[in-house]
Order: sequence, then structure tokens, then C-alpha cells
Amino acid sequence: MIISGGNLDKTIKIKILDLDFWYGTFQALKKINASITEKKITALIGPSGCGKSTLLRVFNRMNDFIEGVRTEGSVEIDGKEILGPSVDLVSLRKNVGMVFQRPNPFPLSVYENIVFGLRIHRDHLSKREYDNMVEKSLKSVLLWDELKDRLKKPALSLSLEQKQRLCIARLIAVKSDVLLMDEPCSTLDPQSTAKIEELMIELKKDYTIIIVTHNMQQASRISDDTGFMLLGELVEFGKTKSIFTAPSDKRTEDYITGRYG
Amino acid sequence: MNMNPRTTQKLAFAFFLLATLLIIVPVGLIVVVIIQKGLPAISWEFLTSVPKKGMRAGGIFPAIIGTLYLVSGAILFALPIGLFSAIYLSEYAKDNYMNRIIKLSIVNLAGVPSVVYGLFGLALFVDFFKFGVSILAGSLTLGIMILPIIITASREALEAVPSSFREVSLSLGASKWQTIRHIVLPNSISGIITGTILGIGRAAGETAPILFTVAAFYIPKLPHSIFDQVMALPYHLYVISTQVPNVSEQIRYGTALVLIGMVLLMNLAAIIIRYQFRKKKKW
Ligand SMILES: Nc1ncnc2c1ncn2[C@@H]1O[C@H](COP(=O)(O)OP(=O)(O)OP(=O)(O)O)[C@@H](O)[C@H]1O
Ligand SMILES: [Mg+2]
Repeated sequence: MIISGGNLDKTIKIKILDLDFWYGTFQALKKINASITEKKITALIGPSGCGKSTLLRVFNRMNDFIEGVRTEGSVEIDGKEILGPSVDLVSLRKNVGMVFQRPNPFPLSVYENIVFGLRIHRDHLSKREYDNMVEKSLKSVLLWDELKDRLKKPALSLSLEQKQRLCIARLIAVKSDVLLMDEPCSTLDPQSTAKIEELMIELKKDYTIIIVTHNMQQASRISDDTGFMLLGELVEFGKTKSIFTAPSDKRTEDYITGRYG
Repeated sequence: MNMNPRTTQKLAFAFFLLATLLIIVPVGLIVVVIIQKGLPAISWEFLTSVPKKGMRAGGIFPAIIGTLYLVSGAILFALPIGLFSAIYLSEYAKDNYMNRIIKLSIVNLAGVPSVVYGLFGLALFVDFFKFGVSILAGSLTLGIMILPIIITASREALEAVPSSFREVSLSLGASKWQTIRHIVLPNSISGIITGTILGIGRAAGETAPILFTVAAFYIPKLPHSIFDQVMALPYHLYVISTQVPNVSEQIRYGTALVLIGMVLLMNLAAIIIRYQFRKKKKW
């Protein structure tokens, strides 16, 4: 059974079919089925250890770096299978960018942080093209005005919120079109969180965003679809509105109303 | 006896201070004595001319040059190998039986007495590979001796780079090697350099490994190729202190001073380089 996000009319960006995942002998994801809609924000919620991060890291194959893991089932992005040995991981990871919990710019300048991906991928660009890309990326995360005179400044001297924006800009520069965000606001204060949320809503015009969050208000504020996970299962997946107002599963209701985990 | 805690505290403090001072005293004394007795011997002439009158006069130029050659050769050999194995061990190696044995061997290698390296060099490089008693054989022997120092220091430096840097880089589509090359190495370079220079200092000062593999008792000229023998400072010091009668105390301490000076200079260089790189990094 495919549970679609209730957006049957919209383009499906990521299609997950019977996905199983093991860390050694421990099964962390069990028969996950879902379709993630293009240019929407999808929130993944659920108690600690239920497999949210694991699922997120399936989409850019970051689990590959962990020893002894095994994946079964199918995940398609833009209709192309991304599991299996023959997938071009470099272009997958360019396409599917990740924002981490702790803002983690490189100990380089603001400018070099943004062009890092481009340089790695040897997109031979002229100085001017690099400059343009930096400007465009910083503008998309609404940092340009703040930082345009400080591009040579070390990125580590920025505020936490600026750092997190910079990390998003870094993905925009490599032309990612899926943004995976694993609790991107959990180290930020409420004010910065609000600003990053605004940014996400702005970004969903062009990007498909999947965000893991422990913050129920956040999920209901910004996401279009929500998936509730529990012990490796995707218990419920659908329109955020309906999940938060009329969950069909008792366990979802318990979690959302705070009676669980 | 019931002492009050304040008194115990003071006693303990005094005791620890004393223990610490006890360490400084011999180091300070050595340096002071060597400078005091050796400094009068130091002159341009002493540093740049060959030994004369059966090493009882003249300078120590061939020994200085010999030591420089040996140390450069050792580094040329040990740095790339040491760095690559450190990268392998900290970035690529899985935690399995084989790799644990490798790591254990490296630790043990650091504890092998230097004279054993000398014998090993004699057997392997001088005899088996037929390099003869030569700069090549001596450099390789010293190189092997300092490998564990370089590997251990480099591994520590590599492992000190936060794993989040690696993760981001990989998640941006960089390969493992690109991540190491562009993120991990630039952020661990100061530790690697420090380790290397400590290795240099060790290589410069050891006598036993070069005893059978390269060191010449007395050659008043410079080498022409890597298959020549050379004089070296530590061995020269040993020779003029024990093998040649009636060498003036000045010359002996002067030689020791030059040797210590070279090692201290290298350590100083390590500290300065590390400081320069530290200033840049902020995590
Ligand atoms: N590298 C690993 N090796 C073995 N087990 C792991 C590994 N990473 C995660 N797990 C286990 O897999 C399960 C899911 O972990 P995951 O990190 O995906 O949870 P999560 O939902 O993101 O939790 P949190 O909300 O705390 O971030 C947990 O039980 C965890 O202990
Ligand atoms: Mg997580």
C-alpha cells in the first residue's frame, strides 16, 4: 500500500516502497511506504530513536559510511532508483543536500564555504561565476545584505543562525533540489528558529524539503505533510492538518497530545 | 596524628612543587654546563672547518653536514610513509583484528631500543640490499626509527579534526579522498608538522642507529653520493669523548652544544609553526 501525502494531483519527488533498514542485526526501519511531494515541506516526527534520522540518511545514502548496514526495498527520486550499487552517489548527494542539527560550516571563509562544493565537483567556473553563485546562494538564504561586505570573514565567527543559513546556502550553490534537515533549529533560540522557518517556507517554492523535528508546533506551522514514526515504522503519513487535527491512529494521537515519549 | 586539612594541603602543595622542580634542575644544569663549557669553542672556524690533528683541533663541519644529510634523508623517507599510514589507519582502516595488530606494532616499534634499529639497518640495508655503510642505509635506519613518532602524532592530529567536518563534506558529494585532502589534512597540518619535527630531533641525536650503518670515524671531506659514509654529530661526540685521547674539553662540549643547539632549534621551529597554524583554526 502506498500512503500518499494526500496530494495525488502533485508531482511525487521521492517514492519509498517497502523500505527496510538494518544496523547489523537491529532493524531500524520497517516496511516504510510513502510518497513525498515536490516543493512541499514534509515533517518527520516521532520519539527519540524511532528512526527519523536513519530514514533521512537513506535519501542521500549517508548511511553507506556506517559499517554493517543493509537496506532493502526501493527509493526513487524523480523516478530513478537511488538504492543499489550502481547509483552515482556524487550526483545523488549534490541533488539531495543535508542540513545538520549543529550548524557546521567549514573553518574557512564565508565565500569558500559556499564554493566548496563547486570546487569539489570541478565545475570549472570563472571567478565571476563563482562570485555570482555566492551572491545568488546568499540571497536565497537572506544573508546577502548582512554578509556581502564580509565574504572573506571566517564562517566560524558568524552567529549560530547565520551559520545555519550559510549551511543551507552551501547546498543551494551545488544546485541541490531536495533539502534534508535533521532538527535544523534545535540549537537555535526561538527568534532565530522563527527566521529559519520563514526561510524554509520561502525556499519551498523551489525545493523539496524534508525536516525532522521534535517540535510539534514547528511541524504544524511549516509543514504540508507529516509522517509519524514509531519504533522504525511509519505509523501514519498524510496532510499535516489532518494528522494534527484528526489522526487516524491512536498512537499518533497519543504522541501529538503529549501522552507518549 | 590528626592534621588539619589546611596543613595537609600546604604540605601536598610543597611536595608536588618540589617534585616538579626536581625535573627542571637536571635539564637546566645540563644546558648551563654545556653552554658554559662549550661556548668558548664556538667560532666560525669551528663550525665551518674540518677536524685537524687527529680531531684534537679544527672544526666539526663534516659532522654537521653529515647530520643534516642523515636527518633530511630520514624525513624524506619517513614523512610520506608515516603520513600515508596515519591516513590509512585513522581514515580508512576498519576496526578489525589485522588493523589492531598494526596499531599495536606501531606502539611497540616506538619502544624498541635504538641499538636494535642499528643492527636491523645493518642486516637489511647494509648487507641484504647491499647499500653498504652509507648515507642511504643510515637515513633509512633513522627513518624507520622515527616512523612511529610521525605516525602517532599524525594520527592524533587527524583524529582531532571534528567528524562533523567529514560528514558535511561527504554529504556535499565529496569523495573520501577529497574530504581528506581538502578538509582533514588542512586542519591537522600543525599536528603533523609538530610530530615530524619531534622525529627530526630524535633522528639528529641518536648514535646507535647510525653506528653500524653510516657513521664514519673520521673523514675530513664531504660526501659525493648517497653511497658514501659521513661523519655525524652524535657519533663524533662519542668518538672524541671516548676513543681519541686528549681531546680538549672545550671541543667536546662545543660539539655537544652544537648538537643540542640544532635539536632545540628544530623544536623551536615546531613550536612556531604550530603556533602559526593554531592561530588560524578556531574550533
Ligand atoms: N550507527 C548506528 N549503529 C547502530 N544503531 C544505530 C546507529 N544509529 C542509530 N542507531 C539506532 O537506530 C535507531 C534509530 O536511530 P535514529 O538516529 O534514526 O533515531 P531518531 O529518530 O533520529 O532519534 P532522535 O530523535 O534521537 O534523533 C535507534 O534505536 C538507534 O539506537
Ligand atoms: Mg535523529
